[in-house]
Amino acid sequence: MSENKNLVEGATGSWEIVLGLEIHAQVLSDAKLFSSAPTKFGAEQNTQVSLVDAAMPGMLPVINEECVRKAVRTGLGIKSKINLRSVFDRKNYFYPDLPQGYQISQFKYPIVGEGEIEIDLKGGATKRIGIERLHLEQDAGKSIHDQHPSLSYVDLNRSGVALMEIVSKPDMRSSEEAQAYVKKVRAILRYLGTCDGNMEEGSLRADVNVSVRRPGEPLGTRCEIKNVNSIRFIGQAIEHEARRQIDVLEDGGSVRLETRLFDPKKGVTRAMRSKEEAHDYRYFPDPDLLPLVISQEMVDALAADLPELPDEKKARFVREYGLSPYDAGVLVSEKVSAAFFESVASECDPKLAANWVTGEFFGALRKAGATIETSPVSAKQLGELINLISDDTLSGRIAKDVFEIMFETSDDAAKIVEERGLRQVTDLGAIEKVIDEIIAANPDKVEQVKAKPKLMGWFVGQVMKATGGKANPSSVNGLLSKKLGL
Amino acid sequence: MSDLTKLTLSDARAKLMSKEISAVELTQAHVEAVEAAVPLNAYVTPTFEKALDMAKASDERIAKGEAGSLEGLPLGIKDLFCTEGVRTTACSNILDEFTPTYESTVTSNLWRDGAVMLGKLNNDEFAMGSSNETSRFGPCINPWKASGSDADLVPGGSSGGSSTAVAAHLALGATATDTGGSIRQPASFTGTVGLKPTYGRCSRWGITAFASSLDQAGPITRSVRDAAIMLTSMSGHDAKDTTSVDIAVPDFEAALTGDIRGLKVGIPKEYRIEGMSTEIEKLWSDGIDWLKSAGAEIVNVSLPHTKYALPAYYIVAPAEASSNLARYDGVRYGLRVTGDNITEMYEKTRAAGFGDEVRRRILIGTYVLSAGYYDAYYIKAQKVRTLIAQDFAEAYKQVDVLLTPTTPTAAFAIGEKIDDPLSMYLNDVFTVPVNLAGLPGISIPAGLSSEGLPLGLQLIGRTFDEETLLRVAGVLEEAAGFNAEPSTWWRNK
Repeated sequence: MSENKNLVEGATGSWEIVLGLEIHAQVLSDAKLFSSAPTKFGAEQNTQVSLVDAAMPGMLPVINEECVRKAVRTGLGIKSKINLRSVFDRKNYFYPDLPQGYQISQFKYPIVGEGEIEIDLKGGATKRIGIERLHLEQDAGKSIHDQHPSLSYVDLNRSGVALMEIVSKPDMRSSEEAQAYVKKVRAILRYLGTCDGNMEEGSLRADVNVSVRRPGEPLGTRCEIKNVNSIRFIGQAIEHEARRQIDVLEDGGSVRLETRLFDPKKGVTRAMRSKEEAHDYRYFPDPDLLPLVISQEMVDALAADLPELPDEKKARFVREYGLSPYDAGVLVSEKVSAAFFESVASECDPKLAANWVTGEFFGALRKAGATIETSPVSAKQLGELINLISDDTLSGRIAKDVFEIMFETSDDAAKIVEERGLRQVTDLGAIEKVIDEIIAANPDKVEQVKAKPKLMGWFVGQVMKATGGKANPSSVNGLLSKKLGL
Repeated sequence: MSDLTKLTLSDARAKLMSKEISAVELTQAHVEAVEAAVPLNAYVTPTFEKALDMAKASDERIAKGEAGSLEGLPLGIKDLFCTEGVRTTACSNILDEFTPTYESTVTSNLWRDGAVMLGKLNNDEFAMGSSNETSRFGPCINPWKASGSDADLVPGGSSGGSSTAVAAHLALGATATDTGGSIRQPASFTGTVGLKPTYGRCSRWGITAFASSLDQAGPITRSVRDAAIMLTSMSGHDAKDTTSVDIAVPDFEAALTGDIRGLKVGIPKEYRIEGMSTEIEKLWSDGIDWLKSAGAEIVNVSLPHTKYALPAYYIVAPAEASSNLARYDGVRYGLRVTGDNITEMYEKTRAAGFGDEVRRRILIGTYVLSAGYYDAYYIKAQKVRTLIAQDFAEAYKQVDVLLTPTTPTAAFAIGEKIDDPLSMYLNDVFTVPVNLAGLPGISIPAGLSSEGLPLGLQLIGRTFDEETLLRVAGVLEEAAGFNAEPSTWWRNK
């Protein structure tokens, strides 16, 4: 591994942060992992619950093959080994929102083994992060503590929903890397259509393992921060937790192996339970389920059906469109952005398209709180606007004004340009005439500019003002230089 | 009328089909018999009204020529089977007045074929026990008495209600379940036929789970033919139970050809345990002679790991049970005893809901799965289980079925062993290996003890070869000619 440039300074020297993540991703499936109950988000409480999900006497789990296929598809997407034989185990503990008294998970033999993904860092750098495993497991229900003064309620809608737990190796060294990792995993899941990646609705959440050590020393004792549900919070939680551990160690203390929770309001982590209080989950193979055996043919068919994934798409954008790795990385981070870009680029110059999509277009969407799906400007319209720049109909500056109007009205660029008379003046005679008038009217400035060439900007401004900004800037510059003898 | 309860299931079926009797008459006779047998405590939830309604519907179907294979035949159902709209408790307080909104696959199959439900039968709490004394409804009493004694005897367990109902003519047949001998041992104690099919033959869906990798449903009846008829209906692949096996269900009755010439019957030497009574020895050698006379070849075989079966069973079964019974937590259904917080509610609910034997097994199971003990107990027991299955596989290279005693003793008295779990567990020494290997086994009444109590012989078959098993069982039954009946002492109480 390359030398870590992310060292953190403490009072007694520098420290290295070591991070590993467990991402819980809800499998995009109409039914639960072991029952046919629906999985719709936001449904009325306890309406998405089958007899199996409520753990009624004598009920038995039956594996949902769609979830198995999605797990394998995801495993292939994160370039990991697919295990043709895996085993479901019971993880035993009591909790009111865990009806069976155990969670069905995969402990010893997960469906997906080791692999790796590449994360994108600032300035177009990349880093490989190892994947330890991916396994399938059931989600629990939800305990609700705020609807009655002394009682808690239980909502079993989520009970039994299929989750993929994706476990990384402890390969990350900064909060930026951890955030980039989550972003990349989420992008891959969305490309694959195996998880919607929606962190607000809880379909993607992360447990973050944090430890610190002196550079070159063995791994320190880790703390696990449970259930962090936004990329921003992941960053905050890591920063706070690493600082806390460094402070403890520098004060001569030692870090305790424990589970912690991140409090987003206060921006701090606090202890949830220590190892001594940790559950003994008494894992054992679920006797209701036979080992899960899948065929190589099924894996091959799923592999053949994989879409182009973010890294491949990024490489292609750099290669085919000549984009910078950074721009390509921004565009491929979401499947829809990449598709939008390609659609714009099919109409016009790809590099200009990339600049416009990542610049003005994304900026306007953000400002308006809109998405690509709800954008008032279509890819075709944006492409047409860019073509008006390329053929000198519009200057870049006017084009931005036109884009603003397009975003408000959804009108085509050509129509706006015609109606408002925004066509760029490229007629050299017309520009020359304006320049001559300005020179004639300002003899003092003409004198000054000979000594201070920077003053030419004032003349450019005057010409633009007189032409309503429509004069072609390079023509103005060229003519002015000549006329002023610069 | 009460004569109708003397019929076997197959005879009753013939009389119904020939319209010599009606399903309502047949059911009414059984209802009366059940009502007169309160001291036996076999039925914990009778469903007489439902039974008569079902019988009426059966008569209509018979009249229309639409009769199913069990049309109009009144059966008792072990309380472990979930029955829609009928209280189902597994004879545990923890389930309180739980009434399922669903019907187990096995009982659904019986009703599909026209059978009539007389009610729910007593059993050991969650099928944990060999005497039916751990039931929340109190012990079920064996219809048999030792000669010269009035002491109440246990009917075996856990399916004591099923064996009692069949032996006392309170049903033509009964469903039961067998995790370590819970069908065969009670059958042996009551002079009835008890058949545990191959693991995976019957769906477990809707049967309150004890130990998922061992539990299997089967019938208790008064004849081998009746067992074959019931099994044909109960069996079959069920998509809702992925451990049920997707193979065709044969007509098991057709397997009863009476011809076992040339079949090889294995006699496992390890079943000749130390201290075995001479009457059990005698019974076993009688069985050998009968099968030999019928043309079978007797082969001595060895099942070397037999002695490890019982200890392995008492690790695997409680381990699974400790997890299977975690769902009874007072949160969603069944008993709830409130507490100041959730932990207290769990503790109070489970303390009040589970009896001593169930608690003992939950504790054992929790212990053997705990960190640090798992490898030494659970993993080792699983290895033993594999070795036991290999023993049988080796034996079946030489033989077609195995013949053993079903139990080391005849029925014992109520209260005799309840405070001595180890001696209670020894009851299952001959039956437990069969569950560990997932094989089919059947107990046939073969004789009476010196005290006049029934004794059973067990036949063990190859995986999914219940047909050969039943064929040999039929011959054994014929040769044994067991036709003793208990006196109907309960009617005078």
